[in-house]
Amino acid sequence: MAVLSAKGAGVVYRSARGPVEALSPVTLDVGQGEIVIALGASGCGKSTLLNMFAGFVAPTSGQIVVDDRPVTGPGPDRAVVFQDDALMPWLSALENVAFGLRLRGMGKAERLERARALLDEVGLGAFGGHRISEMSGGMRQRVGLARALAVKPDFLLMDEPLGALDELNRERMQVLLLQVWQATGKGIFLITHSIEEALFLATELVLLSPRPGRIVRRYHPGFARRFLAGEPIRSVRSDPDFLAMREELTLAILASEEEAEAHGQ
Amino acid sequence: MDSEPRGSHAGSSALMLGSLLALWWAVTASGLISPLFLPGPGQILGRVVDLARHGFVGASLWQHAAASLARVGLAMLFAVITAIPAGMAMGLFPRVNAALDPLIEFYRPVPPLAYLPLIVIWFGIGEVTKVILIYMAIFAPLAIATASGVRRVDPDRIRAARSLGASRDQIAWLVVFPSALPDILTGLRIALGVGWSTLVAAELVAATRGLGFMVQSASQMLVTDVVVAGILVIAFIALALELLLRRIERRFAGWTAGR
Ligand SMILES: Nc1ncnc2c1ncn2[C@@H]1O[C@H](COP(=O)(O)OP(=O)(O)OP(=O)(O)O)[C@@H](O)[C@H]1O
Ligand SMILES: [Mg+2]
Repeated sequence: MAVLSAKGAGVVYRSARGPVEALSPVTLDVGQGEIVIALGASGCGKSTLLNMFAGFVAPTSGQIVVDDRPVTGPGPDRAVVFQDDALMPWLSALENVAFGLRLRGMGKAERLERARALLDEVGLGAFGGHRISEMSGGMRQRVGLARALAVKPDFLLMDEPLGALDELNRERMQVLLLQVWQATGKGIFLITHSIEEALFLATELVLLSPRPGRIVRRYHPGFARRFLAGEPIRSVRSDPDFLAMREELTLAILASEEEAEAHGQ
Repeated sequence: MDSEPRGSHAGSSALMLGSLLALWWAVTASGLISPLFLPGPGQILGRVVDLARHGFVGASLWQHAAASLARVGLAMLFAVITAIPAGMAMGLFPRVNAALDPLIEFYRPVPPLAYLPLIVIWFGIGEVTKVILIYMAIFAPLAIATASGVRRVDPDRIRAARSLGASRDQIAWLVVFPSALPDILTGLRIALGVGWSTLVAAELVAATRGLGFMVQSASQMLVTDVVVAGILVIAFIALALELLLRRIERRFAGWTAGR
């Protein structure tokens, strides 16, 4: 079982107005079979952390490793799902899902067959021939998820994948994500602004302070497993434990923001 | 506007064209304007038929048109296989852009007819000169459109491909090129318009065949109906090329509709 780790990994961007510390050194493990979620104020460096995991941004301190091998760039073992789908609009949904397989030179018949099975899995079996421009935001996110799954990654990196969806679609996608997770045992690193989403999905939840982000709290909610064990979603999400943790998290976020403001003055 | 059925404004277009035609017919049929200055529509139509059958100044209408089209086609072909890769490189690599951009921006604003004499001195008055002239007129807008299309590609789309395992070449040809294709095709459409008008102008100056040459010779001989007929043929071919490229745009870049 592979583990994707940030070992004291931090980023200082060079900008025209001098260096910007986007993320203080962070140490965090994403194991296969875990859902690690980062929660934090806008601009605290969540995307920066994800981009380091993905290999898009190199840490300026510390390092990112998979087991003991340093990550030096992006690769299909760590597939990314973006907030704005980042699909190829000139391709059909099916061809989008097959895109990563095409890059490896897999034959057309084989890759389309694999893509069809994946579209089925995300509930879009009937939409393979559709253009991306004809699909809703929720459908596009499903295509993006299927495209990432197609390359059989060990890890899924998701930057606010459900941020643009309405409440109902959002919950449906959360359920889908948990089902995929249960079926495949991927390691998932996910960023969200929603406290409820973080609590419901995470096996580990890290709270980042405002910029420059550092991990101020770690939680290990177990609600995803309870849901997968058969407990109805409404009952999980209205459980007194769930509500109490939500309040605690809200207070922790407020506290870390106040602290940051005090520091700023 | 996009969702209005196509052709819903065809009525106004037809009305405008119809009124112009009627006015043209009225002023010529009534003798208000002498046929030497403006022949009537009937005479022009007859002239087009006659040109198609018997030609003018040593070549049939088809031969004149074919000569012009071949020049534009050849220049277009060379421009497509050089300006698109050049524009891609300019959009992808700031170094290449820094090298090529000043060169292109330097000659682009100069009217092609201004440097035609120089090309004539270098290459004579044969076909090569005309093809080079049109090629130069086409190259700049096409390369610039390609480069700016490449720069507008959504960076997340490139990141997505990289994380799926795309190589540099695959990113260039499977992600960047198709993303930029709508801009490239628009550039091609503009470039073709520029190329066609440049060509006809060049043929007025130096040619022994071609639509521009035909019009120019007719004007020197004061055969006004051939002049007008030639201008109409030139306009119709430009229109046909434009429509052809719009079709190609819809076929290969139709996906931008919902972007
Ligand atoms: N390429 C860059 N150059 C300079 N500064 C950057 C760059 N990218 C991000 N930043 C800065 O680093 C900080 C962290 O950015 P990041 O995108 O990681 O935040 P985030 O937590 O994902 O925010 P959001 O919740 O709004 O998406 C921000 O202040 C941002 O302005
Ligand atoms: Mg972000």
